[in-house]
Amino acid sequence: MKVLVLVKQVPDTATQVKVGSDPRAIATTGITWIVSPYDEFAVEEALRIREKRGTGEVVAVSGGPERVKEALRSCLAMGADRAVHVLDPALEGADTLTTARVLAAVIQQEAPQLVLTGRQAIDDDTGAVGAQVAELLGWPCLSWIMEEAIAEDGATVRAGRQVEGALELFDLPLPCVLTAQKGLNEPRYPTLKGIMGAKKKEIKELGPGDLGVNVDGPQLELVRLEALPPRPPGRIIPGEPKEAVRELVRVLREEAKAI
Amino acid sequence: MAGAFWCVVEDDRRGRPKRVTAELIGEARRRAGELGAGVEALWLTDRAEEEGLGQLAGWGADRIWLVEGPALAPYRGEVWVPVLAELAQKEAPRAIWGAVTSRHRELMARLAARLGVGLAADCVGFALEDGQLVAARPVYAGKLLSRVRWRGQPWLATLRPNVFKPADEGPAREPRVERPAVSVPPGAATLVERREETQTGLPELTEADIVVSGGRGLKGPENFVILEELAKVIGAAVGASRAAVDAGWRPHRFQIGQTGRTISPKLYIGCGISGAIQHLAGMRTSKVIVAVNKDPEAPIFKVADYGIVGDLFEVVPLMTEEFKRVLHGE
Repeated sequence: MKVLVLVKQVPDTATQVKVGSDPRAIATTGITWIVSPYDEFAVEEALRIREKRGTGEVVAVSGGPERVKEALRSCLAMGADRAVHVLDPALEGADTLTTARVLAAVIQQEAPQLVLTGRQAIDDDTGAVGAQVAELLGWPCLSWIMEEAIAEDGATVRAGRQVEGALELFDLPLPCVLTAQKGLNEPRYPTLKGIMGAKKKEIKELGPGDLGVNVDGPQLELVRLEALPPRPPGRIIPGEPKEAVRELVRVLREEAKAI
Repeated sequence: MAGAFWCVVEDDRRGRPKRVTAELIGEARRRAGELGAGVEALWLTDRAEEEGLGQLAGWGADRIWLVEGPALAPYRGEVWVPVLAELAQKEAPRAIWGAVTSRHRELMARLAARLGVGLAADCVGFALEDGQLVAARPVYAGKLLSRVRWRGQPWLATLRPNVFKPADEGPAREPRVERPAVSVPPGAATLVERREETQTGLPELTEADIVVSGGRGLKGPENFVILEELAKVIGAAVGASRAAVDAGWRPHRFQIGQTGRTISPKLYIGCGISGAIQHLAGMRTSKVIVAVNKDPEAPIFKVADYGIVGDLFEVVPLMTEEFKRVLHGE
């Protein structure tokens, strides 16, 4: 079974992100780039499918500038067989629909039985690409999955999505798109052997022209990025615990009217 | 009405709209008012109660588009999206808004792809700039705010719950209900089981007005009972930091932060949480933030409105007692 995993390279969660000189982009100096954590769950799940079935191929796919190859190398080091890189700096600021169109075109070329991705990338936080790829391909999709099991005959998958107050288990025909929620699995760390091996694995480079997708026209335009207004300074309520608590409850009710 | 603001109804699966729908209609009324547009509700469900329709009208929906049928529950994208797309193509609304809930999040993304338009997800504000609607949405897990606008119509957006002022419960109005003839396609996915989460008797994390949250400072899973006791007294949901979840003390669905849930309650009380940047991302839009921590240097105090530097094992039970006294006269 061929499984495609869509991954995005994003700033590390501990990074202080600042608005750049062009207010429509972040300042990229000093940023540590990682594979978006939810996409790591997707990579891990793809590897487990291959291991469980004893056969198959895992292909990691991403788009963006040259440095995106580092993210793809991380996926290869975890165990993916090969990678596809849509090399186009314009993809970095693209809206989700443009990204989805590019990725859907890659999927059509590769013709996998299953597409996995994270429930959202932790930079733009839109969480739309997986579902949009499914829509463009006319495939079913299940978002925020917490578990997954492919039927022995490889024709269907049983997957559970997290909804408010419950887990809903569905049978879906393949091919389909699944987006990973935290809790699906615990991603492995690349071994030294894996890291060394990754250097020899193929990263196929595609230009947007190879896919026939126009990446210039976003449907959602970024007007500008802004720093969040700082919260007004708070105050520490002093005193012995008992008095402090009494005062806290009073201000929450009388000043803040929060309860 | 062509050019109307459409609000997709989020319901309780028992025929009544949820409160977040009142928030959608409330914000749509304010923005549509500036543009001289109407506001309409769009309800796809297997079951709509009369009272629910009355509520939508009372909140200010000029018209309700109701598509009712057994195939519409549970939500499946491949069933809902063609129905919505067909209606939108026929009626040409100016905007289609949904809530940031499990099904609307996916629905609106798929619909945007189907219609070939932009989606502003997880919006926390809207403003007119040069006569154009501009949406504000947190990005980089709430470290920055992004302002976006749409190139074409309809303007698709999802709105974060608990952020927008709900429409006032107006006088009961006779709802104007349209039951359009649209074909509901069969679904590809089949529901095999719905596993309800253990009922804690406490509200759902993303919907709660008050959230009490615990971190590493709780020292073990058994101590969350201290927070649950406080939560019961003040009607709060209980959340956890990534440290507590990664330690296996709480299931993932309780995690607040960059790789968990984003919440905006009226009151957030963080206990034994240091306030790592990725946790702050998930709760910094809360209206009032209270922090209880032994360490006066803990970063959470930088975003807190009120703080108590002290041992949560002492402070939290005192809070429970004090709230019992002032709220319930005990």
